[in-house]
Amino acid sequence: MSARRVLITGVSTYWGGRLAQALERDRSVEAIIGVSPDDPTCELDRTEFVRVGTQHALLRRIVRAAEIDTVVDTRLIVDSVTAPPRAAHENNVIGTMNVLAACGGADSPVRKVIVKSSAHYYGSERDDPAFFTEEMERPHPPRTALEKDVVEAERAVEAFATRNPGITVTVLRFANALGPDLRTSHTALLGLPAVPSILGFDPRYQFIHEDDLHGALEHAARHTLPGVYNAAGDGVLALSEVASLLGKPLAPVLPPWGTGLAAGAMRALRVRIPPEMLQQLRYGRGIDNRRLKAAGYVFRATSREAVLALARHLRTRAITDGDPGYRYEREVEEFLRWSPSVRESDRLGLERLSPEQLSELARALDSLPGGRPER
Amino acid sequence: MSARAALPAPAPSDDPRHHLPAIEPDRRISDWGRSERIEGLVDRTLVEFLYHYWFRCEVEGIEHVPPTGGALLVANHGGALPPDASMIAKAIKEEHSRPRPLHLTVEHFFKGYPFLSMFVTKIGGVPAHPANVHRLLHDEQQLVLVFPEGAKGTEKLFKDRYKLRRFGRGGFVEAAARAGVPIVPVAVVGAEEAMPTIAQVGLLKRLTGLIYFPITPLFPHLGLLGAAYLPAKFRIRFLPPVRTDRLAGEALDDRGLLQEIADEIRGRIQDEVLDIIGDRRSVWLG
Repeated sequence: MSARRVLITGVSTYWGGRLAQALERDRSVEAIIGVSPDDPTCELDRTEFVRVGTQHALLRRIVRAAEIDTVVDTRLIVDSVTAPPRAAHENNVIGTMNVLAACGGADSPVRKVIVKSSAHYYGSERDDPAFFTEEMERPHPPRTALEKDVVEAERAVEAFATRNPGITVTVLRFANALGPDLRTSHTALLGLPAVPSILGFDPRYQFIHEDDLHGALEHAARHTLPGVYNAAGDGVLALSEVASLLGKPLAPVLPPWGTGLAAGAMRALRVRIPPEMLQQLRYGRGIDNRRLKAAGYVFRATSREAVLALARHLRTRAITDGDPGYRYEREVEEFLRWSPSVRESDRLGLERLSPEQLSELARALDSLPGGRPER
Repeated sequence: MSARAALPAPAPSDDPRHHLPAIEPDRRISDWGRSERIEGLVDRTLVEFLYHYWFRCEVEGIEHVPPTGGALLVANHGGALPPDASMIAKAIKEEHSRPRPLHLTVEHFFKGYPFLSMFVTKIGGVPAHPANVHRLLHDEQQLVLVFPEGAKGTEKLFKDRYKLRRFGRGGFVEAAARAGVPIVPVAVVGAEEAMPTIAQVGLLKRLTGLIYFPITPLFPHLGLLGAAYLPAKFRIRFLPPVRTDRLAGEALDDRGLLQEIADEIRGRIQDEVLDIIGDRRSVWLG
């Protein structure tokens, strides 16, 4: 079943925003509703943005009022630098439960739930296999708070899938993402003049290009992919290989013993290495992407090409820096969408909708608490 | 409905082998972390010297190594820092009509120890995880070498040389059978004398975090020189392959049967080792 009426949670994240943009181009998708507590960071055309927290009662009303058939959950925090542990737990575990609760129920219109997860589910340990497949469990219990949250969130999704056999549940476990527009701990680390590493270790690293992030989510939205899928570009690189692709030296500044302390000291130099990344810098990780390929997805870039794309961006960064890019202006968006003074040809997105769909959308918005979103 | 969305979902192919990553010609490191450059450098220098001049390796039965397809090589293991794995790999490179890379399975310990983790991976070591062995044998159709004795083989003292230890719990037989590849037993003589272990020091083992801490004729009192091998004569004998395709279905869950086959292979290697020792006149000259 291809998605027709889609709700994207976490539309303010890079992942959610790019997915919304990709779905906007598809005419067979009638409605795209993006929800998030924060402003969108990608320019959206016909996606309706609704600012909500993670309270499931509100989400449930939106899902039912807009007759959503596909929910794509892109909220998961996969980088512990971006949020304090409490907030990350709240978002990753409690938030996931709330989103799932909003999708479930006997009279729910939802037929498909797609969850963005992370290869942090597998962790990174000495005793790991070289390539994790989807049914493998990590050999040891999670070490870091972030990994614990990811595992817990996936447990909730698994339980949801067994309780709701009528809903197709897809879990995509993404490898570390790289690309020109993405800001993560890894892009920050690889952007340094030399790539820091742990003395005596050259871990195996697998990446996914930013275009494949929303590519894989979109593929899951278009087709029926029940179950868990690893998403990572072909090829596993050694960290030294990554550094040489970037044209940078590898700097083994972290000692093999007392690595955590040294990483703490590096924070004084404004280099933040989160604990889950320290594990990866020591043992590395590879995941087997063949199930997703067998399900028909064709990756646009290999791990190596993802690193090369980042390398191109890093070389031009000094020149393009200071470019603010897109900034969400609520009033302008509202004006372009709703004001009668706007010419039909300039109206955001809505000209593609039929009058019935428009009135339906208006009804959906009116049914929200407090009527149409206001400041 | 757009034309794209109307297309049926692509038929999934069941065989994971169809979806292996394509080879990227610009890369010189494999997905397993093996470095063509470093492996080649070590091979042309140290291994070349040891193979031809120091150990003067003599190889028999190289034709038992299949020229195509996966195969699991199983050998006896001995000596404190055993050179047997790299000599077997070199033998296939030098003597075989169709030289192929050999993947050496190593203890997980190596992945966790600084420098060793880098070096062992770069020259072709793969952690001995069943999933790794299966992917190499079944999906990638490669040659894999295992030492079922593991550290039990290398930590044994000189007085116990060439007495093969227990061959694990038959895990390697199961790995080969699940992958549907033959087992090629290999008997190696010379490794035990190249770096004999006189004693094991438990305290130093714990302090250094190594898998064992051996005292050899040169180590640790000569420091780094202790890593030098004595010039024992090497003989490597590849034995006729043992087919595993008769093992299928329920037989794979029969631990007793797997253990029996493992013991049979161990017995064959032990017999061949004794046969080679019986023929040699001198440890050093052969």
